[in-house]
Amino acid sequence: MLRDPVRRALYDYVAAQGHEVGRDEAARGAGVSRTLAAFHLDKLVEGGLLASGYRRLSGKAGPGGGRPAKVYRRSAAEHQVSVPPRDYRTLALVLAEAVDALGGDQAAEAAARRVGERVAAAGLREALAERGYQPYQDEGVLRLRNCPFHLLAEERPVLVCSLNLALCEGLLAAVGDADHAARLDPRPGECCVAFSKNNDD
Amino acid sequence: MHLAQLNVARLRAPLDAPATADFVAGLEPMNALSDAAPGFVWRLKGGDQPTDTVQHDYGDQLLINFSVWESRETLWNYVYRTAHLEYLRRRREWFEHLGEPTVVMWWIPEGYTPTLAEGMARLDLLRAQGPGPDAFTFTDFHQPPTPAATTPA
Repeated sequence: MLRDPVRRALYDYVAAQGHEVGRDEAARGAGVSRTLAAFHLDKLVEGGLLASGYRRLSGKAGPGGGRPAKVYRRSAAEHQVSVPPRDYRTLALVLAEAVDALGGDQAAEAAARRVGERVAAAGLREALAERGYQPYQDEGVLRLRNCPFHLLAEERPVLVCSLNLALCEGLLAAVGDADHAARLDPRPGECCVAFSKNNDD
Repeated sequence: MHLAQLNVARLRAPLDAPATADFVAGLEPMNALSDAAPGFVWRLKGGDQPTDTVQHDYGDQLLINFSVWESRETLWNYVYRTAHLEYLRRRREWFEHLGEPTVVMWWIPEGYTPTLAEGMARLDLLRAQGPGPDAFTFTDFHQPPTPAATTPA
């Protein structure tokens, strides 16, 4: 589904936006013609990777607002491909239950921090992008559009979000970024961690 | 139907102890956040002050949170998708690990205000029998009972 480079570029562009994307915008974002963009966008909807709807893009309602345009956003469905079959999800849930049962949050957080510290990357943003967080700037704060642990975070939110924060703190240390601090600042539909600039040092 | 939730937590130190100060400092902002959250319906208050905690006879240093919400999603978004999450992350600093269920949910008719005794009974039910339609959790969630055929098809 994503082997075609144009289709891949369109998917990446739409998925990285925090809003619904029209065909014109997607075409500009991927650097292709509107007709080609429309073809691939609809293929991505057929494949379940994007969802579509209709919206007036002019912002005007009623007569004169124009015909509603077709808009696209990332589908909420998850797709996981593994050849040969692997099931890390079930094992992760088992381990999460064990941590809960043992009251072992702090040991688990320390482990997550160590894992983060072992990461090799050029910088914070690169490290986050490589791990699928889809970082973006929002009013001076680096936010994360995607939660790579979404399913687990739905099952064990406090544990998984705490581990994610510890992992991100480890990442900061690994890339040697002393200018940012990681903190929990969750929003519906996004990752729970945000990075703010340090003012005091 | 509305969703009632009750949760309990046992403090490691009294509310006026320095070790609990960060938690107490969060009472007013967290209560304000919940009261203004989408889908918030009601919560049991301990008094007129925003930092008053629920008064009860279920043991010293047991904190009780009792509220009603329009849906699972609105409760979820308040509990896990706001600044409240940071207090959950730090809960071990202030609360003991109880090793048994501390949160229970159940459905109530809209407009009905549940009592504390009823809420504690639901928690007992969950602890005794595990999750079911009358006492459940986010992880083992139950949908509201479908209304008996009162509306014509």
